[in-house]
Amino acid sequence: MDGNLNALTTVFTEFYYWVTVVFMFLIHVGFCMYEVGASRHRNHMHTLMKNIMIIPLVTVTFFFFGWWIYWAFPSFPFFGGLNYEAGAANLPWSQNMATNLSDRITGVFWAAFLLFSWTAASIVSGAVIERIRSSALWVHAVMIGSVFWIIDAAWGWHAEGWMVKYLGYHDAYASGVIHAIAGGYALGVIMVLGPRLGKFAADGTPRDIPPHNPWMLTIGIFLIYSGFWGFYAACNIPVISPEGIGGMLTGDTWTATNIYLAPTSLSAITFNFLMSLSGGLMAAYVVSKGDAFWTFSGGLAGIITASAGNDLYHPIQAMLVGAVGVVVVYKLHYWVERTFKLDDAVGAVAVHGYSGVVGLIIAGFLLWGAPSSPYEGFATVNPVGQVVGAVIMFGVLGWLPGFVIAKMQAAAGVLRIPVEVELQGLDYAEHHAYEDAKAEIIAADKAALNGGGVPAE
Amino acid sequence: MSTIGYDSWAVDLAEVGAVYPFQGSEGLMVVLGVVFWIAWHRIQFVREGQHLEKAKQMGDTEKIHNLLEKY
Repeated sequence: MDGNLNALTTVFTEFYYWVTVVFMFLIHVGFCMYEVGASRHRNHMHTLMKNIMIIPLVTVTFFFFGWWIYWAFPSFPFFGGLNYEAGAANLPWSQNMATNLSDRITGVFWAAFLLFSWTAASIVSGAVIERIRSSALWVHAVMIGSVFWIIDAAWGWHAEGWMVKYLGYHDAYASGVIHAIAGGYALGVIMVLGPRLGKFAADGTPRDIPPHNPWMLTIGIFLIYSGFWGFYAACNIPVISPEGIGGMLTGDTWTATNIYLAPTSLSAITFNFLMSLSGGLMAAYVVSKGDAFWTFSGGLAGIITASAGNDLYHPIQAMLVGAVGVVVVYKLHYWVERTFKLDDAVGAVAVHGYSGVVGLIIAGFLLWGAPSSPYEGFATVNPVGQVVGAVIMFGVLGWLPGFVIAKMQAAAGVLRIPVEVELQGLDYAEHHAYEDAKAEIIAADKAALNGGGVPAE
Repeated sequence: MSTIGYDSWAVDLAEVGAVYPFQGSEGLMVVLGVVFWIAWHRIQFVREGQHLEKAKQMGDTEKIHNLLEKY
């Protein structure tokens, strides 16, 4: 750090990312609560463990190779190849990736991206509850969390990403790069995995499998909202000088920027986050005729739909974009469920995937002609770039690998739990041992009370 | 002799970089870390397969009925 101003900027940035990461942790807490609330009693511990173990597995693999992908892949494959120089500083054996007083930023910036990786994996986790093998889900978690989502981040969420440069792809707060890809991936997996037993009647009519605990589910979604707010802040570079952006901004005014180094402010994204949340909640309440869970999920879908352009929208635009997205998503979810007999247990494909796609396409029209980047020569935002981007995010990097890997797991017989176990519940083995032990203690105490034995101590 | 390369903090911080033990052995540490990660998947995968096979035979109808009633 050369000079006090640079030192202050560095320490502020270090602290800023640390704070956003802690807020983002709430997303994972929320996902855990939501999934457990949605699953039935006999699958609680399995559902919880499935989601908790995403944390260490995605973390270590993101350390080993995920972070390197982000820095090495922005121009890959056809626009300059791998960037070995940028990648080298972020390899797991680099001294930047460790306790190092000359680099205070890499760890906290790495962590902000890592929390996005957990989120991508957790979105998939919700769609597959009560019937997937943990071992299968954890491979998917590594693949989406430390490989596919970070490739899409390098391509479409990096200041030098080829999609930004040549397509004018604009996705400032991750409609596509987290949500469309995770929704698409989840769709690919559930197409192979199949529905939960009982989800469809013999004539194919879908049944609602209600959550066992609506309260837990509600608190879960509120925690996701809270973490998502922190996620928005984590998508910004907090303070940077024009020189720090290669002199592409004129004058000498420092600014916060989005991930593409284009100017924005926490004020702008706070307006738009809350207005898109509100638009989503209101539209979902109307379209679902007051269904509580769809209303809550609609708030999330509203934010996700507006996220691609929430650095630039007017708050009322953000509200309306959020509302439009929710209507499309709600209708599409039930159409897909009825038509293709797919069981998306928590609506993850709809809320994250369809919202992300719709949000990208809307941004292409609303922001048509806006610079996506401060760098000269980059394409401006346009509908074609956004549609192509949506196809890449949802289809190429999301649905396709999810489907192919799940097919391989299914062929090897390691994707889905046995029918007998699904019926008795994944927690049965532990649960009945617990119940037996409890019954034995109660029986012993009752016997003692009646003077016929030794009390349990 | 210090494992972190510094015997004293009476140094110019501008000159200080990495401060973790055994600098120079990062490659070996990565290999150990990757082996740990892959081995974990292998152990978990095998144990889960055995557990599910056992669980398939476990069902006591009455107990399962009680469990289903709890939703």
